[in-house]
Amino acid sequence: MAFKMSVQKYSGKVSEVEIGTGEKAIKLGGEHVLPFYSFDGEVGNSPKVGIQILDIYPDSWTDAYKEMYKDVANDPVEWAKYVEANSGADFICLKFDGADPNGLDKAPEECAEVAKNVVEAISVPLVIAGTGNHDKDAKLFEKIAQAVDGHNCLFMSAVEDNYKAVGASAGMAYSHKVGAESSVDINLAKQMNVLLTQLGVKSENIVMNVGCSAVGYGYEYVASTMDRIRLAAFGQNDKSLQMPIITPVAFEVGHVKEAIAPVEDEPDWGCPEQRTIAMEVSTAASCLVGGSNAVILRHPKSIETIKTLVSELA
Amino acid sequence: MALKALDIFKLTPKKNCKDCGFPTCMAFCMKVASGAAEVSKCPHMSDEALSKLSEATAPLMKTLKFGAGNSEYQLGGETVLFRHEKTLVNKNRYAVAFCECMTDEQIDSKLANMKLVDYIRIGEQMKAEMAVLEYFENKDAYLKLVNKVKDSGLDIAYILQCEDPAVAKEAVEILKDSKPIVYGATKDNYKEMIEVVKGNKLALGVKAANLEELYATVELIQGAGYKELILDVTGENIKDTYTNAVQVRRISLKEQDRTFGYPSIVFANKLANDNPMMEVALSSVFTIKYGSIIVIDDIDYSKALPLFALRQNIFTDPQRPMRVEPKVYPINNPDENSPVIVTVDFALTYFIVSGDVERSKVPVWLVIPDAGGYSVLTAWAAGKFGGNSIASFVKECKVEEMTKNRDLIIPGKVAVLKGDIEENLPGWNVIIGTEESMEIPKFLKEYKAKKDEALANA
Ligand code: B12
Ligand code: SF4
Repeated sequence: MAFKMSVQKYSGKVSEVEIGTGEKAIKLGGEHVLPFYSFDGEVGNSPKVGIQILDIYPDSWTDAYKEMYKDVANDPVEWAKYVEANSGADFICLKFDGADPNGLDKAPEECAEVAKNVVEAISVPLVIAGTGNHDKDAKLFEKIAQAVDGHNCLFMSAVEDNYKAVGASAGMAYSHKVGAESSVDINLAKQMNVLLTQLGVKSENIVMNVGCSAVGYGYEYVASTMDRIRLAAFGQNDKSLQMPIITPVAFEVGHVKEAIAPVEDEPDWGCPEQRTIAMEVSTAASCLVGGSNAVILRHPKSIETIKTLVSELA
Repeated sequence: MALKALDIFKLTPKKNCKDCGFPTCMAFCMKVASGAAEVSKCPHMSDEALSKLSEATAPLMKTLKFGAGNSEYQLGGETVLFRHEKTLVNKNRYAVAFCECMTDEQIDSKLANMKLVDYIRIGEQMKAEMAVLEYFENKDAYLKLVNKVKDSGLDIAYILQCEDPAVAKEAVEILKDSKPIVYGATKDNYKEMIEVVKGNKLALGVKAANLEELYATVELIQGAGYKELILDVTGENIKDTYTNAVQVRRISLKEQDRTFGYPSIVFANKLANDNPMMEVALSSVFTIKYGSIIVIDDIDYSKALPLFALRQNIFTDPQRPMRVEPKVYPINNPDENSPVIVTVDFALTYFIVSGDVERSKVPVWLVIPDAGGYSVLTAWAAGKFGGNSIASFVKECKVEEMTKNRDLIIPGKVAVLKGDIEENLPGWNVIIGTEESMEIPKFLKEYKAKKDEALANA
């Protein structure tokens, strides 16, 4: 028998979502095929890599970061400018840990001012991440969405508890992009997309966060959820699952032992900075071949590695 | 190609004698085609028909065995492209690359690293299971390398990477009790290479310039009667390699073409340009997408921790969540003064938490209620790990008779449960633990120090 490539044609396609404005705006999605399956068809826009910063000094981050950012980490605007100039990331994710009700509980107005100053100081797109407290995020996003009007930011995320408020402000009143977050389950992902579109958010303004964990921490569920979502989007042409996927890898890797245990605790394991990079790289690479159209990382070296991987695979 | 009932029917004697337990030959053939009956149940099949059928009903992807003793491994045998469809059965293996051209110091350093990275995660031993031994041109140096690695005291499996059949033969002689894989069959040397492996039925690695050539070469080798194969999918670059890995697996399982129905080997080291983090990225990619053996340049904990953890996740059985038995687990020899600490029955959580409690050396009673086999937050969000259920389990499990200490330490992630539990468990003092298990040793040591001080003052 002669060799023949196995080609799989799908009817479905992931929608294309643009974030940011101007030359540095990025497009996510647009593919007709599983990640990097160029032998099957159009691979769409190449996946994008973002860098995480905070609105406050990164007390909970490991020493390597405090050293790396020692001159800028007290000021989110300086910090953002610094990572834009030095990391090569395609976008910046500004996470508002300072607004957490269990922490500094900063007011939405104050945070909105920070977001505005940051977005005006950079030219790459800005992704806004909240506290994880659903009530607070609803209030926070409303103010920030208004303050960064016109900058076409992505808000992470709307969840079942607050999607009406987040969808209405970020998604509709100010035409930003909305992250639809669900907990590692294809049906929940679908439901969030349906809820948001029924509310009136256009499907081309939605990016999914279908859940994440660091490798070794229940990642098998993440992998299978992504496989199933992508197979349904392409094979069954399920419109309610055809949004691009963004995965905040750094939020998960940032607290696992493999990445951050100090050398005194694990003398054999070697340098925590190296372990952090490896955990980020491994988790991100896994997400990208699973179906993520964008990943958010923390360490510049992880970003460099993953950007090279993407350009080699694309 | 899978056989249809009608194709099988043509091979039966068509006697309808019912000896097979089915009313007619056709009924029997339908069962065979669906995999529900064995061809051999018909006693009247000709030998020729039987051999034809056993070939056609054989698994699509071969299960390959290699190595010996504790280092005997299996690869391949997969039946699905995605783990949610069924289960991935044979996890990939990581191999460290050695070469004849390395200095003794370089070899020693890699051997030392392989010895150092050897640990248990959730009940599973984690280490690089294999060494690749690469030959270039100096036979004496090569055989010396083979002997050196063999005598290093490492219990591993071997891949002899050598395209020269005469040299490969001598190397096999040294390692034959360890059943090495012999890598290096090409379209030009395959006949001689088969001679090297066939006596010991060793697995043979096949390489080619591209997929077409790989396909043609496998056909030649199969034609020569050898079927213990492993296919090198490494291409010129990362993109080609990814394509090759996906295509080989897909052509085998989806197109049901047994020419590619073999495990694969990926030389991540050759694609990584001496960048260890790129090696981690590539090894992760090919752990998920169809690499059976992944070759890396060297091993250390920064590579091992993510890669072995990822592999452990990907190769768990999706139909059988890993759980531990709900009960009281004494850790570090607790007594009637030891506190009680709670977690969930998800195996991953249990192993992480119990490991960290052990490291603290503080004696505790670890209580694990039925939480549906979920992680702390999943179980809590699913309503399977709440104030009520924790409180009733504490009563039920009789830990109240094992200790007089009435401190109950709960996971920091479910701090909100404190009030609820205390309400349901009069007399108990609920202490909110840390969010991450990693901080448990420090937390418990401080707890104990305070407790001891209070006792001394009392
Ligand atoms: C994999 C996963 C699942 C898997 C289940 C895997 C399993 N066996 O548990 C599946 C897909 C089935 C699942 C389902 C659900 N999930 Co879920 N899931 C996850 C995910 C991605 C990882 C969980 C994990 O394995 N963690 C690893 C283990 C080791 O962590 P752990 O048990 O918490 O243990 C750590 C600490 O708590 C600590 N610790 C543990 N015990 C103790 C004890 C003491 C004393 C101390 C001090 C410390 C300590 O040590 C460990 C290591 O640090 C998380 C998100 C994430 N990245 O964490 C969401 C997550 C937990 N899930 C969530 C939800 C909501 C659900 C669902 C309810 C969704 C739904 N509506 O259906 C369902 C519930 C199940 C059901 N339908 O019945 C939410 C919970 C939100 C919240 N804050 O309450 C999360 C956080 C995702 C999210 N961001 O929305 N999930
Ligand atoms: S035993 Fe063989 S010949 Fe007899 S009915 Fe069954 S298949 Fe037909």
